Amino acid sequence: MTDDIAALVAHHPLLAGLPGHTIDHVAGCARNVAIDTGQLLLAEGEAADTLYLVRRGRVAIEIHTPGHGPLCVETLGPGDALGWSWLFPPYRWRFDARALEPVGALSVDGTCLRDKADADPVFGYALMKRVAAVTIERLQATRLRLLDLYGQRDDD
Amino acid sequence: MEIGDVVVIDRAGIDQLVTSLRARGLRTIGPVVRDGAILHAEVSGSPDLPIGWHDHQEPGTYRLHHDDDPRLFAWAVGPHSLKAEVFPARSVVWRTDGPGAAEPSSTGQDRGGIDGPPRTAVVGARPCEAAALAVLDAVLGAGPVPDPGYRTRRASMFVVIADCGSPAGTCFCSSMGTGPEATSGFDLALTELADGDGHRFVVRVGSASGAEVIDEVPWRPPSADDLAGRVAVIDRARAEMGRVLDTDDLPGVLARTLEHPRWQVVADRCLACGNCTLVCPTCFCSTIEDTTDLRGSVERSRRWASCFEERHSYLHGGAVRGSTRSRYRQWMTHKLGTWHDQFGMSGCVGCGRCIAWCPVGIDITEEVAAIRSTDAVAEGGTRS
Amino acid sequence: MGNVTTTEVALAARHPMAPAPYRVVTRRRQTDDVVTLGLEPIDGDAPGFEAGQFNMLTAFGVGEVAISMSSAPRPGATIEHTVRDVGAVTHALCTTPAEGIVGVRGPFGTGWGLYELDDADVVVVAGGIGLAPLRGAVDELAGRLGAEQTSGRVALVIGARTPDQIVFADDLARWRDLGVHVEATVDMAGPGWDDNVGVVTALLPGVPFDPARAVAMVCGPEVMMRFTIRALVDRGMPLERIRVSLERNMQCGLGWCGHCQLGPLLLCRDGPVRSCSPELSRLLTERER
Repeated sequence: MTDDIAALVAHHPLLAGLPGHTIDHVAGCARNVAIDTGQLLLAEGEAADTLYLVRRGRVAIEIHTPGHGPLCVETLGPGDALGWSWLFPPYRWRFDARALEPVGALSVDGTCLRDKADADPVFGYALMKRVAAVTIERLQATRLRLLDLYGQRDDD
Repeated sequence: MEIGDVVVIDRAGIDQLVTSLRARGLRTIGPVVRDGAILHAEVSGSPDLPIGWHDHQEPGTYRLHHDDDPRLFAWAVGPHSLKAEVFPARSVVWRTDGPGAAEPSSTGQDRGGIDGPPRTAVVGARPCEAAALAVLDAVLGAGPVPDPGYRTRRASMFVVIADCGSPAGTCFCSSMGTGPEATSGFDLALTELADGDGHRFVVRVGSASGAEVIDEVPWRPPSADDLAGRVAVIDRARAEMGRVLDTDDLPGVLARTLEHPRWQVVADRCLACGNCTLVCPTCFCSTIEDTTDLRGSVERSRRWASCFEERHSYLHGGAVRGSTRSRYRQWMTHKLGTWHDQFGMSGCVGCGRCIAWCPVGIDITEEVAAIRSTDAVAEGGTRS
Repeated sequence: MGNVTTTEVALAARHPMAPAPYRVVTRRRQTDDVVTLGLEPIDGDAPGFEAGQFNMLTAFGVGEVAISMSSAPRPGATIEHTVRDVGAVTHALCTTPAEGIVGVRGPFGTGWGLYELDDADVVVVAGGIGLAPLRGAVDELAGRLGAEQTSGRVALVIGARTPDQIVFADDLARWRDLGVHVEATVDMAGPGWDDNVGVVTALLPGVPFDPARAVAMVCGPEVMMRFTIRALVDRGMPLERIRVSLERNMQCGLGWCGHCQLGPLLLCRDGPVRSCSPELSRLLTERER
C-alpha cells in the first residue's frame, strides 16, 4: 500500500524529481482519496490541515457571495496542488474548493508535513521550494488576468 | 549623340537647354533663390538660377550669401528635394462619382498625371537627389504592388543633374556613395567649370532623351583640360566634404545598440518636430484619410506623415512608440539599418538636410559616431 | 526613364488603394461588441486567400481598417470577417445592415501555412478576439481530421474574458465532433460557468501533443502571445515551430505608408503571421516607451 502511495506522490508534478527520502516523508503523511462531484474539498473558515495533490478531475476554487452564489476564481486539474493555508497560522481555509467532476487526489496531512519539516530542515526546504514555485506561478498567472488583456481598449 | 557621350556647353547653352525642354511641353523647374533659401520653382532660363549664391550649412543653420562668382551651382542643397515631384505632399487617391456611390470613380483615381499635370523636367538637381530618387524607386516604384501614380510621375520626369562642386558643412554624400558626382539616374549631368578657360559645363549624356535634347544645344567636344578640370572639381569637392559617416556594418551596429544610453541623450534634445522627415528626400511614410462631404461623396487622400508623429504607431488606444526616444530611435535605425532589410539599400543619401534643418541641430553623423564608439568598447573590439 | 507606358497604368483598372464594393449578405452577432459580416463582391468573383491573411475593409465615408478573414477559403463561398467595435470605422462596419455595401481590398499578408504541416500535431492557442484570424485555419484542420486526411492531432485552447465573450461558442461543439481537442477558459467566471477559470496557458498541460514535432498557431493580445510562446517553449517546442499573428497600425496594406513597421518587418507583407525566432522575440520584448 505505502509503495503505491509513494509511487503516486513521486509521479505528481509538485514533487516529481525529488529524492526518494523526501518522497517517503510526504507519502508517510498521504492517503489516496476520491471526491464526488459537487463535494467541497475545502470550506471557507474551516480548519485547514490538508494539502491535496490532484490526480484526476477538476476542482473549482470559489467564494460564495450573497445574491450571486459561488463565484469561481480559478479551476485546477490533474497535476495541480490545492490548499496553502495549512502552511501558516491560523490554519483556516480562505476559499471553498468544489469538485466539478469526480476527483481523485492524494490527501496529505498538513500537521504531519509541518512536523516533519520542522524536524528535518533539508526536507522542509525542498518542500518549501516546490510549494513556492507553484504559488509564484499561480500569482503570475493571476497578475496576467488582472491586466484584463481581452478587455476593451478604446480606439478612435 | 549617344548615351555616354561627353560634350561641353556654355552659359548660353543652359538657356537653350531650358528652352528646349519647355518647348517639349515640360514643366521645367530648377533651383531659385526665394525666401532666403534655394528652392525648386519654375525657371525659364539661366538668369533664374542662383548665380553667385553660396550656402553655409551647419547643424541647425542655413544661410545664403552672394558674391560676384559667375557660377550657377556653387552651393550644395536647399530644403526642397525632388520627392515632392514624384510623391506629392497631398494627393487624392480616389473619389466616388457622387453621393451614395459605393464605387470609386474610374477617372478620379490617382494615375500620376496622365490626365493631370504635365511632365516635369528638373534642371540643376544634385547627385544626392538622383540617388534619393533611386531609393524611392525601390520603395514606391517596385515591390509586389508599385504605386502607379509614383511610377508615372517618375517615368515622365527629365532629370538634369548638376554635379556638386561646393559641398556644405553638413554634406556627407561621399560616405554614402552618392556623390559628389552623379553616376546614374540622369538624362544629362553637368559639371560646372569656371576657370582661366572660361565659364562652361561638361555634360555627360545619360539617356536617349538626354541625347536628343542636348543635340539641340550648341556644343563642342571636351578638351583634355575640360576633362581634367572636371575631375579636379569633383576631387576637390570630395576632399572638402563637410562630414563623414562610417557605414561599416552600420545595420549590425544599430541592431545591437537599441538600448544604448545615447538614445536618451539625443531624445532629451529632440523636439519630435519632424523637420528631418519633411526635408529628407527618401522619407516615404504617408497617412491615409477618408473624408466625406455633405452630399455624401467620398474621397480618400494620402498625405506625407512622419514617424515622429505620436499617432504614427497608434494601436489599440495608444501609441506603440510613445516616447521621443523610441521615435528618434525608430527614425535613425530605419533610415540607416532596417531600410537595408526592407529595400536592399541604405535609406540615407548623405545630403545633410536633416542636420541643417533640425531646430536643435541634431547631427545624424555625430549620433552614429557616438553609438559606434561605445559599441566598440562594449564589444572589447578595436574598431575606431 | 520612360519604362512605364500609359497602357500599363490604364490596364490596372483599379488603383491599389481603391476598394471593390462588396455586399453584406450575412450578419451574425457573436458577443455584445463583436459582429461577423459575410461579404460577397457585387461584381465578379472574390479573390482566393489563405487563412491568416487579411483584407482592408472600407466603411465608405468613415475610413478603412485591416481585418483578418475569419472563414476558411472556399471557392464561391461568402467571405467572413469578424469585427470588434472599438472605434469609428469598426463601429460603422459592425452596424452595416444586411445588403449594405462595404469596400474590400486584398488579400494581404502571410497565412498560417496550413499546407506545410506534414501531419504534425497542431496546437492552436487563441486569446479573446484572436480566435477570429484562426477560425478559418481551425475549420480547415478540423475538416482534415474529420476526413482522416492527417495523422496529426489538433488541439484548440481558447482564453476569453468572460463566458459570454467566447467569440465562436457555437463552433466549439462542431469542432469537438470532428475530433479537435477543445478547451476553453475565462479570466472571470460568472454564475453558471462550470468550465475552466484561469489563464489560457494553464490549459496546455492537458493538451495531448508531441512538443518536438508539433506546430503552434497563436493569436491574441501581444502580452498573451508572449507568455504563451514562453509556456510552449517550456513544454519543449522549438521556437521556430510557433507561429504568431502580429499587429501594428495598418493603413495601406501595400508597403507604401510605413506605419506597420516592426523593426525590419513591414507587417502588411512580411506578416501578420510569422514563425517565432530569437530576433522576433527580441522585437516583441523591445520596450518602445
